[in-house]
Amino acid sequence: MTQAQLFITCLGDQFFTPTLKNMARILEKLGVELFLPHEQTCCGQPLYNNGFVDQSREVARNFLHAFGQRDDPIIGPSGSCVGMIKYHYPKLFPEGTVEHEVASSIAGRIFEFTDYLVNVLKVTDVGAVYPHKVTYHASCHYLREMGLKGEAKALLDSVKDLEFIPLHDEETCCGFGGAFSVTYPGVSRSMLEQKVKNIVASDADTVVMCEPGCLMNIAGGLKNAGSKVKAMHIIDILASQGDEK
Amino acid sequence: MSGAAPKYIGFEAYTERIPSGIPKAVQQATGRFAGGRALRVSELPQWEQLRQIASDIRMHTIRNMDVYLSRLEESVRAAGGHVHWAGTAEDARQIVLKIAREHNVKLAVKAKSMATEEIDLNHALETAGVETLETDLGEYIIQLDGTGPSHIIVPAVHKTKEEIAALFHEKLGIDAPPDPNELTRIARETLRQKFLDADMGISGANFLVAETGTLVMVSNEGNGRMVTTLPDLHVAVAGIDKVVPDWESLTVFLKLLARSATGQKLSTYTQFITGPRQTENEFGPKEFHLVLLDNGRSEILKDPIGRQVFKCIRCGACANTCPVYQNVGGFAYGWFISGPIGAIFAPQMLGTPTARELPFASTLCGACAEVCPVKIPIPEILRHLRRRVAQGDETINTTMPFYIRAAAKIGATVLSREWMYGSGTTILHFFMRFFTHHNQISNAPYPFSRWTKVRPLPAFASGFRKWFRKQKDFFKETVE
Repeated sequence: MTQAQLFITCLGDQFFTPTLKNMARILEKLGVELFLPHEQTCCGQPLYNNGFVDQSREVARNFLHAFGQRDDPIIGPSGSCVGMIKYHYPKLFPEGTVEHEVASSIAGRIFEFTDYLVNVLKVTDVGAVYPHKVTYHASCHYLREMGLKGEAKALLDSVKDLEFIPLHDEETCCGFGGAFSVTYPGVSRSMLEQKVKNIVASDADTVVMCEPGCLMNIAGGLKNAGSKVKAMHIIDILASQGDEK
Repeated sequence: MSGAAPKYIGFEAYTERIPSGIPKAVQQATGRFAGGRALRVSELPQWEQLRQIASDIRMHTIRNMDVYLSRLEESVRAAGGHVHWAGTAEDARQIVLKIAREHNVKLAVKAKSMATEEIDLNHALETAGVETLETDLGEYIIQLDGTGPSHIIVPAVHKTKEEIAALFHEKLGIDAPPDPNELTRIARETLRQKFLDADMGISGANFLVAETGTLVMVSNEGNGRMVTTLPDLHVAVAGIDKVVPDWESLTVFLKLLARSATGQKLSTYTQFITGPRQTENEFGPKEFHLVLLDNGRSEILKDPIGRQVFKCIRCGACANTCPVYQNVGGFAYGWFISGPIGAIFAPQMLGTPTARELPFASTLCGACAEVCPVKIPIPEILRHLRRRVAQGDETINTTMPFYIRAAAKIGATVLSREWMYGSGTTILHFFMRFFTHHNQISNAPYPFSRWTKVRPLPAFASGFRKWFRKQKDFFKETVE
């Protein structure tokens, strides 16, 4: 039996309960036995990316402690948080220390959700049905840091009744950028409005992405624009069995 | 913005005062360049290999800057040119002014040069009584307008053709139609006589080849050729980072530069200038002076992460692809180099007390690093500079406001202890319930208001851990 640890991310934990439940259910259906480390909080990326490297190290230590008890894969619903742990945690601790060793070990076995499905479990069809026109926003860290280009689309491709519509400027940032969204809200707004404009122009009724941060931003932008387009995490599409009556 | 060193660059404040036409004008131009670049890249299967080679050459040069600079100095002198070392911007200005005085210069014509923007040379020359005229069309426009460049290679990118026509009408008294060809013709006619009358030509350099002492200039308008050949005196000002070891390495950069910048295979003019004219029968100036500008570069070269900024070949591809730049334009960056490269240049050149907002003027989306022809890890350098601002480093103390540092400290304390995070969550959710309507929060109190003034926040909901605990047959919560 495959075993894995669930990394729910702080944004997931604070805002996306149904998405996390769906993530657990999908993995369960695929035969993965899940463990939820109770001690987990946040990966520390907001601190790290804003220059508070020493403070982010404290938070990283907590993560290492929470997830270092077991040595199975760790799966999270965010390319950005997973990228933080995979590519930046090992840099936070000096080589030769136990912490560096644990960080490197975790970096080698942490996966973003779609990456784990497509590249580890080799699954693209999870039996989902979603009879809608769907467009896709490529989140920056998921795309460029994690290098995940085709995974989400391969999964969407296998969803029954889903009509995929390409998004103009799919790979352009939505303006979230973590703390950027509150540091420079005006600029963030301009970027978001452009993303929303492209989404609305695509004529899709759903926009899907693999990142809770972008999801909060884009969903809010669509609401502001009075658009009926639904912003969803890919997990919720993969858990869908068609329209609930 | 001109190079006159600003006291404080208030990125957020600047972005709130952007004229509404700027994003559109900027996006039209950058979109065209980015599209052209993508096409050129797709034609060259060895593109990634070229980028890597270029990056390696650049890093090698940065590590051995002293060697190549002395070689350059020797070669320029051997070719009959003069070399001047300028430690600071003021030194550079004084050197150029001295040369101008010695030659009794009344009129100087200039080719587009970022180094002279950096030292604010025009202003110094004008003050000393030397009429100084920009001859690159874009530079000419912004000189008339009294502003500075808003893009590395397209200084007047923020101006529409209608605005330029109005500017020509106002400043030159010429009724010009908003037609690029006609506007160019007017500028050309105005400038032609000036080229012939000028006593001094001033240029920058795209590259300086150490092997032969050759100054390389890449341009599209031909004005650069006139500036560097018609007057008897040619003074070039260039940062020390412009040096390349030899012609073999130069070819790599020339392959990358125009393709990354404008989407051309090669720019219309690529000039190679090695010293002054050697015989009376040749074209070109009688005297050639090269002013090599340090202006803080040597200090930056000591920083293994920060110095990678000097790999830059000034193509502007990072700005053309940057979603932040496209929405704010160049002036928001408050200095003559804007866009992502400006955000890592200015804080190092001007110091974090002046430019502490700039490293944060990015979503770290990484699009810039993806297109950079010399593989500058811009997000990595941004993070490096953010650290310098937030907590200070070997070079300087923190410049982050106290309340943000306090918040980071509290944040780290809470987030590194589940029991605090858990109780904090309970309190936060209880409190935020008063602001939640229809499953969303539209008007949250500070600091959440920084988010909700742009878009609503979803309602807080944290039932997952509890739910997971209940699914005992399959799911296991691990408590150490």
